[in-house]
Amino acid sequence: MSVIAPNFKLSEFIKSLLDNVFWIIFIVVLIGLPAIMMVLFVIEMPVIDGELLTPFLALTWIADPSRILPIVKAFMATDIFRVMAFPGFGFAALIAAGTIFIERKMLAKLQLRVGPFYCGKLEGILQLMGDGLKLISKEIIIPAKADKPIFWAAPVLFVATAAAFVAFIPVAPGWVVADVEMGLLGVFAVIGFFPIITILSAWSANSKFPFIGGIRALFQMVSFEIPLILSLLGVVMLTGSLNLSEIAASQSSFPWIVFLPVGAIVFFITMLAELERIPFDLPEAESEIVAGWLTELSGMMYGLVQLGTYLKLYAFAGLFVVLFLGGWNGPMIVPPFPAELLEKGIEMGPIVAGPFPGLPLFTQEMLNGTLWFVLKTVGVIFFILLPRGVFPRIRVDMLLNLGWTKLIGLAFINIFIALGLLYAGVLGPGGLQ
Amino acid sequence: MTVELPPGLALQKVDERIMTLNVGPQHPGSGHMRIIVQIDGDYIVACDPDPGYVHRGEEKMAEYRNYITNIPHLERPVIHDSCNVLYPYVLGAEELLGIEVPERAKYVRVIASELNRCIYIMYWLAIYGIFLGHSTMFMWPAGDRELLIDLMEKMTGARVTHAHFVPGGVRNDLPPNFEDVCLRQVNYFEKRIKEYAAVFYDNPILISRTRDTGILSRQDAIRYGTTGSVLRASGVDYDLRVKEPYDVYDELDVHTNVMKEGDSYARSRIPWLDMMESCNIIRQALQKMPKSGSVRVKLKPNPKTKGLESVYKRVESGRGSLGCYIVSDAKTEPYRVKLSVPSFRNLIALPNLLRGEKLGNMPSVYWSLNYWPVEADR
Repeated sequence: MSVIAPNFKLSEFIKSLLDNVFWIIFIVVLIGLPAIMMVLFVIEMPVIDGELLTPFLALTWIADPSRILPIVKAFMATDIFRVMAFPGFGFAALIAAGTIFIERKMLAKLQLRVGPFYCGKLEGILQLMGDGLKLISKEIIIPAKADKPIFWAAPVLFVATAAAFVAFIPVAPGWVVADVEMGLLGVFAVIGFFPIITILSAWSANSKFPFIGGIRALFQMVSFEIPLILSLLGVVMLTGSLNLSEIAASQSSFPWIVFLPVGAIVFFITMLAELERIPFDLPEAESEIVAGWLTELSGMMYGLVQLGTYLKLYAFAGLFVVLFLGGWNGPMIVPPFPAELLEKGIEMGPIVAGPFPGLPLFTQEMLNGTLWFVLKTVGVIFFILLPRGVFPRIRVDMLLNLGWTKLIGLAFINIFIALGLLYAGVLGPGGLQ
Repeated sequence: MTVELPPGLALQKVDERIMTLNVGPQHPGSGHMRIIVQIDGDYIVACDPDPGYVHRGEEKMAEYRNYITNIPHLERPVIHDSCNVLYPYVLGAEELLGIEVPERAKYVRVIASELNRCIYIMYWLAIYGIFLGHSTMFMWPAGDRELLIDLMEKMTGARVTHAHFVPGGVRNDLPPNFEDVCLRQVNYFEKRIKEYAAVFYDNPILISRTRDTGILSRQDAIRYGTTGSVLRASGVDYDLRVKEPYDVYDELDVHTNVMKEGDSYARSRIPWLDMMESCNIIRQALQKMPKSGSVRVKLKPNPKTKGLESVYKRVESGRGSLGCYIVSDAKTEPYRVKLSVPSFRNLIALPNLLRGEKLGNMPSVYWSLNYWPVEADR
């Protein structure tokens, strides 16, 4: 018996499901099948390999690996797959969703409580889905004096910018949405958009607390962008390239964090500030300015900003991994694809399935690279989440002091370390000399 | 178009740069009150606290109830500190009715009152933590409070509003084996709050945020009439348990914690030290308490006072000195009950502390005053 719904009865539930199934079959048979037959009556079907394509033949081809595998492979080579699914939005959204769940459970364990528990059978694993449904079903309230077009556009722009950021991150060799030569410069350009969107959203709400929050976010992001960019110059000098895939490939023997720990620390701290996470969550400081620049956002507008925030978190963690922790490089732990499966197929008693000429769908390097990238990214995300349980929030003047004096100085020290390594001849473009 | 505002709310526009913020009553950083804050950039130029949103007329209500039925509702202003808020009323009623309290009951009262002080301070600390954005410091005290709440439940039968003190003693005797359980829980509690120092009080970010903010000098602290932790954080050695001992506090060794800085950090550290001191007092009281005896004097069903007389009693509550002034006119109900609450007296210092501070310091300075809105409004 469920705790949440004490009146729940399994028999009633199954009965209602069967009711639904009955009606679905009823409607499909009465309306769907006649409609398909009428369309087939009009359309002339193509002839493939000497066979007339009928609906039944098409269904059998879906189960035939020798016909479906090449189609799947061709689809995976297209841009639409890369943008929508694997290194792009879908993959990032999956990691973002996992991050939200891990954050809530981890913080709960730290604070001696349980966290999400009831939603979903296993430790509240469906909590995020419930939250999303709630946000979608809520009414969107726009302040009367808001500048409506900009106010509407800001959350969408925020998610779009975060998704554009994700496009630059190489996950495995050759698996990146936008493999451009000036990749790092593109990343800086995308990061530069966030403060503009934030201040647009805050100002267009025409309300006091969002305005103060937006100004704070603007201060914070603009003043931390400089140490952010400076801290990455060391890596660029040693690698001699702005292409993120090349930077990742150059760390095949050692990650740059071994030689540039100062730069890694500066980048990590600026990353926390750019992500508005505790201890730098001043733009959303609830006891001072309610929810900062998110105060007037309601319903799914707030949900979109949250999605964008977590996409941004994934992208920053991925950037840290690519620049300092060696990206996809790591020991080969994924076993090679069994060769006899390609030539002979699988024998299961009297039945022989295969051979499968389309397999493997992914190369061994790609699977191994993705595995290492995900492992390192999750580790970095863990360290991004951890301060939330340990630190209080800092103040604006302390934040600006930290950004403009200490971090910029440390970033310059990091540049001098890189220059020293370069001129001493220990390291050069492309790795160890 | 100009809108006429009531005189208390009219804020003249001095400068185009100045923005008026209404912090509260529907604001996560205010409690049941409003603070009208004028800011110039990030600096607060003026601050006008506006309490009164939860006024319930407790004092007037007390005039229509007799001395016994007043007990469960006079503890309502601070339900987390219900024993201490009831203490002065009970002491005063005893003097008016001429009752002598048994020795064991006095010790039970001291134990209950110190446990309640810890429960209140834990709640206060939880809110102080979340005001500074430290969510762990919200969850830990809220969880560890349960240790003492369970003790109070064993002792009185109620988790929060105990109504345990009555004129003539306490309502019930202690349950069997209470001393051992209490000692064990209090020892564990003390070990637990020592861990708070590592995660909260010694945190470098917390220290840099609260040090040298909202400084209340010794002279000002006395001049504004602040009490309790606020007064002791400004370097005044003043604790009613030592200066005007009531019940059996004169037989116990009570140490007063004083800090000289007078800033938000000192004001937030003193309650934490007070909790340690409370644990010491509870251990002493458990040792010295008579092991058996009556805890309550039998009263007449509807006791009457002798004639027109008044009494003023005060105790050291979780927030400071809490006084109760009772006037009786030979009836079963008091003629007038006046509570002199520490929260309101501490709030008077707020505008002077916030002027010139940064907006980011507002929550820490405001809540470090050990202010409880419901008590101030009564």
